[in-house]
Amino acid sequence: MADNIIELQDVTKYFGDNLVIDHMSFSIRKGEFMTFLGPSGCGKTTTLRMIAGFDLPTSGKILLDGKDISLLPPNKRPVNTVFQRYALFPHLNVYENIAFGLKCKRVMNTYRNEHGEEYTKKEKLTKKEIESKVKKALALVDLEGFEKRSISTLSGGQQQRVAIARAIVNEPEILLLDEPLGALDLKMRKEMQIELKKMHDRLGITFIYVTHDQEEALTMSDTIVIMADGVVQQIGTPTDIYNEPSNTFVADFIGESNIMNGTVVGKHKVKFCGKIFDCVDNFEEGEPVDVVVRPEDIKMCKPEDGTLHGEVISVVFKGIHYEITVQVGKFELVIQSTESRKVGEAIGLTVAPDGIHLMKPRYTSNVFDGVINKANNVEFAGGEFECDVTQLYPGSHLDEEGYLITAAGEKLDLTDTEVRVEVGLNDIEISDDEDAGGTTGHIISIIYKGDHYRVIVRTGDSDEDEDFVFATEDLWNENDYVSVIIPKEKIRLALKHKEKEDKA
Amino acid sequence: MKLPRFSRKTLCIPYAVFLIFFVIIPMLVILVYAFTDRSMHFSFGNFVKFFSDPTKLSTIAYSIVIALITTAACLLIAYPVAYILARSKMKKKYVVLMLFVLPMWINFVLRVNAIRELFNWIGLLGETNYFNTVFGMVYDFLPFMILPLYTTLMKIDPALYEASADLGGNGFTAFTRVTLPLSLPGVMSGVTMVFLPSMTNYVVSDMLGNSMVTIIGKFIYEYFGTDWHMGSMVALILLIVVFVSTWLTGGFSSEENVRGANL
Repeated sequence: MADNIIELQDVTKYFGDNLVIDHMSFSIRKGEFMTFLGPSGCGKTTTLRMIAGFDLPTSGKILLDGKDISLLPPNKRPVNTVFQRYALFPHLNVYENIAFGLKCKRVMNTYRNEHGEEYTKKEKLTKKEIESKVKKALALVDLEGFEKRSISTLSGGQQQRVAIARAIVNEPEILLLDEPLGALDLKMRKEMQIELKKMHDRLGITFIYVTHDQEEALTMSDTIVIMADGVVQQIGTPTDIYNEPSNTFVADFIGESNIMNGTVVGKHKVKFCGKIFDCVDNFEEGEPVDVVVRPEDIKMCKPEDGTLHGEVISVVFKGIHYEITVQVGKFELVIQSTESRKVGEAIGLTVAPDGIHLMKPRYTSNVFDGVINKANNVEFAGGEFECDVTQLYPGSHLDEEGYLITAAGEKLDLTDTEVRVEVGLNDIEISDDEDAGGTTGHIISIIYKGDHYRVIVRTGDSDEDEDFVFATEDLWNENDYVSVIIPKEKIRLALKHKEKEDKA
Repeated sequence: MKLPRFSRKTLCIPYAVFLIFFVIIPMLVILVYAFTDRSMHFSFGNFVKFFSDPTKLSTIAYSIVIALITTAACLLIAYPVAYILARSKMKKKYVVLMLFVLPMWINFVLRVNAIRELFNWIGLLGETNYFNTVFGMVYDFLPFMILPLYTTLMKIDPALYEASADLGGNGFTAFTRVTLPLSLPGVMSGVTMVFLPSMTNYVVSDMLGNSMVTIIGKFIYEYFGTDWHMGSMVALILLIVVFVSTWLTGGFSSEENVRGANL
């Protein structure tokens, strides 16, 4: 499309063996305020740095106005960056900092010689031109009269403004902002958010903004790209993303959510928390789904009028609303309401059909590639687990020496057999005793699902990591280092070469 | 038992005593000797004698020229090394840095002797006295230039290079407008640490210059064998030269970054 200023085509980025951006494709329209939002380590800053030219994609293309700029050095790109820690030149004063880019700039000036012929010369900007541009930029960021000030005498907010002025004075086509408000206090942040938004309207150029603060993203952006693990999770307007999150990660990351497991029981009918609700989304009957309900979409009513019934277990005043936690059977639901309730009160709850969002669960079971070792254990995900190898051959058993005797009486040595390992979402436990399980890893995600937590543990590092997804009732913390325990009988094995044979 | 409590003032006493006996009194003694004659009468004679003797003046000039060349050579060799090491992402760069600095830990006389033998072997000893002297000094003082340069270059935030490129600057711009100005404190401190010893360290000039090169340090040494008064005057003049050159290179600036660059 012609009005796309930036287009990422299948961009992948590795740092060493570490995959940071995984086949990312999307485009940015001219003049829009685009925000890359995601938790730390999701790849948002790397994506921005690739657009700026500080990092080059390992594969894939970045187009600017339809031209491939993937390998262009930063000084040849019509983009300017406001750096996370401002990166102002400490040895230059405010004026010199802002003029830095202008002094590097060469413009084509047209002249006429004595024969009346036109010719062009590549020239530096004159002192006067630079002066007037710097002055304008300073006015735009409300720092008139600060020209001679040394950088070290400025407050964080003022340095921030100088950094913005230094970038926009070059009249870039795109302004890149890498968590520019991260170092400011809350009040200053709010003010700067509004100012940046105004500046965007006034300048009319494209802003690409990186943040991990969802509120900031919702406040400022025209479009938000939500990233996690180097993959785009959802692209949309703030309203779309808030109202129609495309998966549980987005629902959990943006705003507050009640996320539960549910089952589709009919056309526009879903069952969760033990009750059947009308909903808008349509999935196949019998299909397991993730159900997302925003706290403000749950309405409280008299016990006899509610679809769900529960007891208030906590009420917290949050300024504009109350956050009320209700125990419904074994589920805990969070409600936001301007009305308060008393702790211990029995209430009824209803949810309108358009307040119920269904999404396909991202995880249905854990599947790994494994290898049987000499002890007839299976090795996968950087660890070793006890398993029942006889399930590979129906009717078989193990002899005393560890050989497998098939039903037909054949004697097999299973060492080095490649297998497909499958473990259910409810069959994994974790322990903080590092030696208790078959492998160890860090918890990278925890999502509360009403009556349990869905936890993801990532083992190993860099390229060879594997994720274990499972449900637990215990609360763990993100980044906890844990060992993964899987009971012997819960490990389902299938022969890999047999799969191939079956296909053939 | 009550432990004796020292106030900050009491703790200062030993240092004050040290300063009085080993800094202030010796300086006064030099001052007195410089402006007296052999019968200990006040006199400007030494001062006049020094500045009216062309050989003495040329020695001072030679010393300054040798020190300048040594300093320039050290700077030219050390800057690229320090720059490459500071910006390299190599994991073992400390090992390389160590290799450059390692000679510092080997006895000074041994090092100079080794070079002397080397020059003798290739037949340069007694032939190229000034070159030999400068070579020996550069070899000896190079680590003192590399270390402060490396420290200041390491302290430059890599984001500043990115900012320079982002604002349209090429590699040359980044060097002249970011790296160089920000490394100046390191340059100053390196220059001070090389320039001063290369004016006075006559062991190098004696051994490698085959005793044909006389620098100001040698002068002082010789006078203190025969004429303490003249020796004191030369020492005093050297002190003034040092003072002036330190002042010129900004060594007295109280700015944080300048102090930070000193080892």
